[in-house]
Amino acid sequence: MPAPVNTATLATVRVRFFARYAELVGRSEAAVSLPLPATVGDVVRRVREDFPGAGALPERPLAAVNLKQAKLDARVQDGDEVALLPPIAGG
Amino acid sequence: MRNAELSEMSYLTRSPISLDALLAEVSSPACGGTCLFLGTVRDGPDEHGVTAIEYSAYEEMVEAEFGRLLGDARGRWPEARIAVRHRLGTIPVGEASIAIVAAAPHRAQAFEACRYVIEGVKQRIPVWKKELRVDGTEVWVDPSGRPTSSPPVPLSASRSGGTHD
Repeated sequence: MPAPVNTATLATVRVRFFARYAELVGRSEAAVSLPLPATVGDVVRRVREDFPGAGALPERPLAAVNLKQAKLDARVQDGDEVALLPPIAGG
Repeated sequence: MRNAELSEMSYLTRSPISLDALLAEVSSPACGGTCLFLGTVRDGPDEHGVTAIEYSAYEEMVEAEFGRLLGDARGRWPEARIAVRHRLGTIPVGEASIAIVAAAPHRAQAFEACRYVIEGVKQRIPVWKKELRVDGTEVWVDPSGRPTSSPPVPLSASRSGGTHD
């Protein structure tokens, strides 16, 4: 079903990049707008297309939505914070 | 000693970790065993002249995820008292990047809870490290403790070692 072109169906999410990913993209955050319904995977695709350097990000990075790890098929809503996380290396 | 830069409840610090403060957080007359785990910055034969590691984090998520991780641990060992501090910034070889203390009525729960938390950190806590080497190079470290290749490899659900083990 094609999404109607209507601002009511657009979501804007804040995307955050960390560590090596921030270096690749050359920024630590970005605002991305996309039609709903949308998933974390859609956000990743949009980022990889829209930002120079982001094409080097993996197609399936570890991600978090609103401070909690989320799968790529998880839905995003307007106002969500989506973080793309390099392989965790803490401790 | 309280962490002056971050809030009192923070699991993060940019200063050397105060073990006395952590031990005081879990101290209880009901606990007969206390286990302390320290992860320290290493320059072993497999490293290449590491002088320090620069730790960075998704700080808001670290706070949230540590809350969930310790909640899980307390669910498993209800009598255990657990405290943890992860240090960020540039940490020289030999100094601690993480300290976990678990106190419990008996030693088995203390050891088990402490182990559970460090293994959870390795899988769940969004912290990254960059090795600073004696030759002036800087290298991101992946979860297996090896330098990150370029281009980056897609992440699989890996658990892992780290710079210390």
